[in-house]
Amino acid sequence: MVGKLKGQYGSGIREANSYLDQNCMVVEPSIVSELLQILRDREQFDYCVDITAVHYPEREKQFDLIWILYSFARNERIRVKTMIADGESVPSAVPVWATANWLEREVFDMFGIRFDGHPDLKRILLPDGWKGHPLRKDYGIIQQDQEWVKANLGIESGQ
Amino acid sequence: MGEGQPGDRERPINMTDRTMTDPNPKATDPKTADSTRFLSHLDLDQPDKTFLDSNELVINMGPQHPATHGVLRVILKLDGEQVLGTECVIGYLHRGVEKIAENRTYTMFNPYVDRMDYVAAVSNGLGYCEAVEKLLNIEAPPRAKYIRVILTELNRLASHQLWLGTHALDIGAMTPLFYTFRDREEILKIFEKYCGARLTTHAFRIGGCQYETYEGFERDVIKFLDFVPPKIDEYEELLTTNRIWLERTKGVGVISKADAIALGVTGPVLRASGVKWDLRKAQPYAAYSDFDFEIPIGANGDTYDRYTVRMEEMRQSLRIIRQAVGKIPEGPIMAKVPKVMKPPVGEVYHSIEAPKGELGYFIVSDGSTQPYRVRVRPPSFVNLQALEIMVRGALVADVIAVIGTLDIVLGEVDR
Repeated sequence: MVGKLKGQYGSGIREANSYLDQNCMVVEPSIVSELLQILRDREQFDYCVDITAVHYPEREKQFDLIWILYSFARNERIRVKTMIADGESVPSAVPVWATANWLEREVFDMFGIRFDGHPDLKRILLPDGWKGHPLRKDYGIIQQDQEWVKANLGIESGQ
Repeated sequence: MGEGQPGDRERPINMTDRTMTDPNPKATDPKTADSTRFLSHLDLDQPDKTFLDSNELVINMGPQHPATHGVLRVILKLDGEQVLGTECVIGYLHRGVEKIAENRTYTMFNPYVDRMDYVAAVSNGLGYCEAVEKLLNIEAPPRAKYIRVILTELNRLASHQLWLGTHALDIGAMTPLFYTFRDREEILKIFEKYCGARLTTHAFRIGGCQYETYEGFERDVIKFLDFVPPKIDEYEELLTTNRIWLERTKGVGVISKADAIALGVTGPVLRASGVKWDLRKAQPYAAYSDFDFEIPIGANGDTYDRYTVRMEEMRQSLRIIRQAVGKIPEGPIMAKVPKVMKPPVGEVYHSIEAPKGELGYFIVSDGSTQPYRVRVRPPSFVNLQALEIMVRGALVADVIAVIGTLDIVLGEVDR
């Protein structure tokens, strides 16, 4: 399958590896949206298990964005991974899998990655007015939005 | 914060816009289905043009509402009793579990996972331990695997019993709550005897189990296996043919097969829509490949089918436990695990069939003693997203039935 896709996208698919029997494909952000569509339509990956990100602050392209897909017909999982810089956005997967809606909102909430074309990209777990994205590595474990806490809870610190 | 697309703003929810005659439009083919129709956007800032001469009403259900099973807030837009649209507001129980994980060692994080789905703590622990074991490239010994299966299945039963009791209570049947809690107590007693805790058990360790089974463990489990089937019949007697139950659950909260797949719904909710898929069969973990059991499925994807699927699942769990307890292998319960755990650099995704659906852990290791990133794929969070499509066009009372039937635990939704 990877061979077929590689033939189509050439260097767009940078790497395809298998670690601990789990397949992962590292691709360029520019082909992500088309690739996800093809994976669903042609390769039967009809179930989007999860969308998540990992932050590497020391890298130039700071974020790994990961889609975990599953195919009922093939009983197979695949991870699609792309690297993006801070402030860069990726096309939303909501038109491909409806489940991407909340998953992308969570990634936005926790990492501040924006998804183009997402119908309602706003915070999901943290309050709407909160500042900062907690799962970034530069966000401390006891750090909080003091202003928000003071204004909304009427206390100095939530700790 | 984020703005929706301009087109969405101009599409207020009103009677003519939504297909009221067919509250749950079926997608014939998931590939051609326009998935944007799942989205709900309550335009709360501006009332509709019809606002003044209609019964349109926006109310909050929750966050402090007993039928939302925790701190879930659902904003309902109503026309009289009819639901025009919903929006879930979650995060009230957010504790930053994933952030905590990055600041703890692999072993130290283990008890935290129990606090996510606190009614099925054993399943959470199993998923996490197996994911880290995969990363470390070790395998739990057979005896540990069998103990894990027995306790996890007992926990599935306990979780389903709690679901049944509270779900029935929401709908108006009080008796099942007392029955299920009475019987669930027996499971908690076994947990307590095994590891000292009843709810957040921390029963497993990375590499196996911490505790050997206690004297008389098998006897207690077999006693329970003989005790509980008549009780499950008893629940069924109360509900399965009860006219009120049927009226409140049949045809309520229907979700089609295609919609369920598109929305990533898993567990009993997916199976009730007719997808025969269970991770215990599809990608067996622990010792599940050693046992015979069936995957119950439903046909209509309504609340009643989800009820029958879960009832049958309880019986199948008992079947697995009976097979497992009869042949627990002898041997060690702990694999050779290094004192200081430093998994090699890499990432792993491992998921198990928790009582609520697919519970996955995505762990990234940078070779140090602490995980670089732990992502939990919570079944309740993803399943809750389907609430919107399941209740659109239904009545307020049905919202309560559907929240119950989704079997969410807010500790897991918010993490």
